[in-house]
Amino acid sequence: MTRLDRELRDLRDRRRALVPYFMAGLTPNWTQYLDAAVQGGADVLEVGVPFSDPMMDGPVIQAAGVRALERGVTLEGVLDELARTDLGVPVVVMTYFNVMHYRGLERAAGLLASAGVAGVILPDLSLEESAPWRRAAGARDLATILMVAPSTPPDRVARIVATSQGFVYAAARMAVTGRASGDGEAARVVAGIREHGDVPVYVGIGISDPDQARHATRDADGVIVGSALVQRVLDGESPAELETLISRFRRTIDEGAPEA
Amino acid sequence: MSHVMGSPDTGGHFGDFGGRYVPEALMPACLEVEAVFREAWSDPEFVTEFRETLRLFGGRPTPVTPLERLSEHLGLRVFAKREDLAHTGSHKINNVVGQALLTRRMGKRRVIAETGAGQHGVATATAAARLGLDCTVFMGELDTQRQALNVFRMELLGARVVPVTSGSRTLKDAVNEAMREWVTCVDDTHYCLGSVMGPHPFPWMVREFQSIIGAEAAEQLRALGVDEPDLVVACVGGGSNAAGIFAGFADSRADLVGVEAAGGSAVGSGVPGVLHGMRSMILQDDHGQVEEAESISAGLDYPGIGPEHAYLASIGRARYTRAADDEVLDALRLLSRLEGIIPALETAHAIAWLVREAASIPRGSTVLLNLSGRGDKDVAQVRTLLEERA
Ligand SMILES: Cc1ncc(COP(=O)(O)O)c(C=O)c1O
Repeated sequence: MTRLDRELRDLRDRRRALVPYFMAGLTPNWTQYLDAAVQGGADVLEVGVPFSDPMMDGPVIQAAGVRALERGVTLEGVLDELARTDLGVPVVVMTYFNVMHYRGLERAAGLLASAGVAGVILPDLSLEESAPWRRAAGARDLATILMVAPSTPPDRVARIVATSQGFVYAAARMAVTGRASGDGEAARVVAGIREHGDVPVYVGIGISDPDQARHATRDADGVIVGSALVQRVLDGESPAELETLISRFRRTIDEGAPEA
Repeated sequence: MSHVMGSPDTGGHFGDFGGRYVPEALMPACLEVEAVFREAWSDPEFVTEFRETLRLFGGRPTPVTPLERLSEHLGLRVFAKREDLAHTGSHKINNVVGQALLTRRMGKRRVIAETGAGQHGVATATAAARLGLDCTVFMGELDTQRQALNVFRMELLGARVVPVTSGSRTLKDAVNEAMREWVTCVDDTHYCLGSVMGPHPFPWMVREFQSIIGAEAAEQLRALGVDEPDLVVACVGGGSNAAGIFAGFADSRADLVGVEAAGGSAVGSGVPGVLHGMRSMILQDDHGQVEEAESISAGLDYPGIGPEHAYLASIGRARYTRAADDEVLDALRLLSRLEGIIPALETAHAIAWLVREAASIPRGSTVLLNLSGRGDKDVAQVRTLLEERA
C-alpha cells in the first residue's frame, strides 16, 4: 500500500473527496490556484503536466496545454515549483506516458517522488503496458492510478481494481475531458467497480458544476473537476474567484452526502 | 509466409517496439479489432473477398515494370512495383479495402480516418462508398488548405471532412482527433488507421493487408527472370507501403532500404517514445515533447514510424535513410522524363535515394522500387516549387 492509499482511505471515513485539476504553468502564478483550491476545500490536487499530443483531452485542456508549453513549461520546472509549495494535501500528477518514458522510468519516478508527488495518472498507459512503470513508481512510494471506462468489461474492471493505487478513476462517459457535462454513466461504472473491491472510487470526465458533483458523489467517494476550472483560468479568473467556486463545490458535495 | 516479419507477440510487440498505449476507453475496441481480424484473416472466405475486391475494384494485381532507361542511367537493373496504378492512385487502397470489409464484419456502419495529404482520406472515402459505410475524415486545418482538391474529392465520395484546429493542425493532430472521436462512438464506428502505426493490432493488421504488394512483386519478378532482387527500396512515412513490399522479401537476401523525408526522419533523428498508441522511434525535443515533421510531401510529414520498422532497424534487417526536398524534386523530374511515370512526391524520396547512392551499389544489381503512388495530386505543388527554384 502506498502513502496515497492510506491517506485516501482515511479521507473516505471523513468526507467525499473533491479533486480539482489545474494545468501546471498555465499562468505565472499557477501555484496560487492550488493554494486557493485547498482553501476552498480540495482534498487532493490533480496537476496536469502539458504534453504535445494529449489524446485523452478535449478543447479546454488542450488549449491550456498549448499555452503552458508556449510558456516553456517542463516537468522539471513544474516539480521544482511543487517542491517549494506546501499545500498540505496530496498532489497527483496527470500527464501522458511519454513524458515519463523520455526521462527513463526510474528517473522520472524519482523526480516525482522527490518533489513530494503522491501519485500519477497516465491515461495512455494501459493496464497491459503498465508493469515496468508501476515497478519504478512503487519503489518510490508513488501511486499509479488507473481508469475504468464505461466500455470496460467486468473481467478487466476486476484486474484494474486490483492494480490501481490510491483510488480508481471512474470515467463517467465515453468521451475525452471537457466535451460534455453531467455524470453520464457514472453510477453504472461505479457500481461495476464496487463489485470487485473496496477501493476509493472517484468520478471524473464531464463533472462541471456543483450539482453534478453532488449527484456523482451519491455513489462515488470523490469527484475530479477539470475543464470547468481550467476554462475559468483561461478566461482570466483570479485564484480568489476559483476559491469561491471550489468552496461551492465543497458545500454542495457535503450537503448532498449521505451520513457517513 | 515471411519469418523475420512474422506476427508480433500477444501484446503486439515487435521486439521492444509496438504495444498498445491507449486510454482504457479504447482498449475494448482495440481488443475487438484484433479478435475479429485474427478470425477474418484465417477465414478463407474473408481472404477471398479481400483479394476479389482488390482485383475487381482496386485494380490489382498492379504490374512490375522494368525501368529500362532509368536502369541504363544508373547502371542498375531497376524494376518498379506499380502501386501508382492501383485505384485512387496509391497503395492506400489495399489497407482501406481490408479495414472496410472488417468494419462490415464487425457489424459497424461507420468509419473514421485521419489524413495528411488526403490520400488515405480519399482511399477510405472510396472504400466506404463501395461498401455503403458512413465516413468521416479528420484532416489538419493547414492540410485542408494545402490539399483543397482532395477535400473536395472526399466530399464527392460522400465523406464528411472535419478540419482539425488543435496542436500543429497537421497529420499528427488529425490522428489525435480521430482517437478522441473514436472514444465517443466505438459502438458503431471503426477507426480506419492509415499506416502501420498506432496501437496493436493496427501495425500488424495494416502490414498484413499491404503485404499483397510484396507477395505479388516476388512472383512477378520471378516471371521476369529475377529470383531475388539485391535491393528493395521504398519511401517511409508511417511505413505501410514499405512494410507491404518488405514483407515479400524479408526472408530473402535482399537489402531492405526505407527512405524517410529529411525533415521527418524518425529512425535517423528520433529516439524511442510513445505516441499514438505505440512505442516506436519518435521525433522529440529535449523535454520529451513530440516535434513536428517537415517535408514537401505531406504523406511523409509524420514524426514517428511504424513500430515494426523501428524493430527491423534495431536488428539491422532493414536500414532507414533520408532524402532532402531538393533531390526529391530532381528525382521526380528524372523519373517523369526517363520513364513516363510522374511519381508522388512521397515515392520520389525512394527514387532520390537510389539516384544518390547508385554509384555505390554494385553495377548491374537488381533493384525493386516500390512506386507507392502517382504524382497527379502533387503537380500543382511541384510546379510552384520548380518555379520558386528557377
Ligand atoms: C503515394 C504515397 N506513398 C507513401 C505514403 C506514406 O505512407 P506509408 O509510409 O504508410 O506508405 C503516402 C501517404 O500519404 C502516399 O500517399
